[in-house]
Amino acid sequence: MCGIVGLFLKDKALEPQLGALLTDMLITMTDRGPDSAGIAIYGAEDTSASKLTVQAEDPETAFDGLAEKLGAALGGTVSLARNDTHAVLSLPAGKAEEARTLLREIAPDVRAMSFGDTLEIYKEVGLPKDVAARFGISDMSGTHGIGHTRMATESAVTTLGAHPFNTGLDQCLVHNGSLSNHNSLRRKLQREGIHIETQNDTEVGAAYLTWKMQNGATLGEALEASLEDLDGFFNFVVGTKDGFGVVRDPIACKPAVMAETDQYVAFGSEYRALVNLPGIETARVWEPEPATVYFWTHDQADTPKKKAA
Amino acid sequence: MQTYDLQANGLRDLNAALHAQAADTNQTSWEIVNPRGSHAVAVGLDAPIEVSVKGSTGYYTAGMNKQATVHVHGSAGPGVAENIMSGTVVIEGDASQYAGATGHGGLLVIKGNASSRCGISMKGVDIVVHGNVGHMSAFMAQSGNLVVCGDAGDALGDSIYEARLFVRGSVKSLGADCIEKEMRPEHIEILRDLLERAGSDAKPEEFKRYGSARQLYNFKVDNAY
Repeated sequence: MCGIVGLFLKDKALEPQLGALLTDMLITMTDRGPDSAGIAIYGAEDTSASKLTVQAEDPETAFDGLAEKLGAALGGTVSLARNDTHAVLSLPAGKAEEARTLLREIAPDVRAMSFGDTLEIYKEVGLPKDVAARFGISDMSGTHGIGHTRMATESAVTTLGAHPFNTGLDQCLVHNGSLSNHNSLRRKLQREGIHIETQNDTEVGAAYLTWKMQNGATLGEALEASLEDLDGFFNFVVGTKDGFGVVRDPIACKPAVMAETDQYVAFGSEYRALVNLPGIETARVWEPEPATVYFWTHDQADTPKKKAA
Repeated sequence: MQTYDLQANGLRDLNAALHAQAADTNQTSWEIVNPRGSHAVAVGLDAPIEVSVKGSTGYYTAGMNKQATVHVHGSAGPGVAENIMSGTVVIEGDASQYAGATGHGGLLVIKGNASSRCGISMKGVDIVVHGNVGHMSAFMAQSGNLVVCGDAGDALGDSIYEARLFVRGSVKSLGADCIEKEMRPEHIEILRDLLERAGSDAKPEEFKRYGSARQLYNFKVDNAY
């Protein structure tokens, strides 16, 4: 099964509540997948710094001196703010990608969860309520966010098998479904030099989008191409620094409901996930069409558009 | 009128109370408030009672219904009225995928749109959708009537055995072995009755009828891969 929730805020007044609203939505989806949970939060932008969110099995020792080592390698100041098994490394602006590459050499035991300017991804094995509580997600503010609770089918229940997956700078992906051609696609992408860590099918989906975008596709084009190249079932919800997108495979057997008001666009695997949102009684509620890419950005705040594939 | 707050009192007690109603019950009118997208609301009913749900529901609303009238004043999640045997289920809003799947009898009315696989494997149920239906609707339909006042998506009536499909708007594509058929006076009469019972003011003459070409009943080597 798996449960997905997403919330893209149009009304700035709701931003302080983003973490709390998403946490509530995700906990409602617990019985769609109790194995692991994760949340991607897009926070306020600090133009002077970029971010690398990392995780370690043994954060006590793994994070010790990490900021200094990374700072020395990058040639700038790096600070580390630990949050349970995760930490957010604040980097000189524009250094996120370089930092992520260096991290593999400097600290092989430390895993990069996300990199970019505003994105932070927190994910662990466990129930949504426990995962959200250990990272204090409810207290986080932001412009948009995506959450996922997993019922594992294609690979082991581990932190790295949990969603969201980071696909590129400030980009993330969550998935409900199962891809059936992930083994052959993984081999193909690895031949192209794409780094894939696990046996997980969604990671291959994420890597596929990354590869497409590295070759010049926009996120919308990459999502459209995924309808051709990915075999299996999928509902994808993706986040970018400024946008929020949804795409379902042509069979569309995985459930999806969306709601839109003047204040937000919301996604839920089920309507249940949306019932506590403000103004849901009068929201426009609909089921996204199969094989159609939907995308919203803050640039078009007053008339967010859906874009058909 | 019995009013039941689903959030306060829970689903199992609700369905147990509805199941406990005998054919001659005096408690013929039930109102369920605060459904908040709950699953399996009013499933397995078997008494001539009227159940009104004030809000939207989740999976499998009014599944396996017999005799009862269930009216959802909101939208319904996947599998509404699945395997309905008799009675009436009315959805004021939209219905998600496989509405009325495998239904044997009774009437399912969807006042909004139904998404994919509406009436999949229907076995005698009548389904009237005031809006559109999604792809693969009436897939492997065996008996009954599917009425679509709006448009139908891809592969309507794929691998249909029997069943009458009436569509007023466009059909994006017909599935394997589904063809347009002549609208004879008896079909107009069937359709007029269904539209009236479903509260639609659409005219039967505006519809086209689709059904089985009956070419897949027996194995043909030409159809094998």
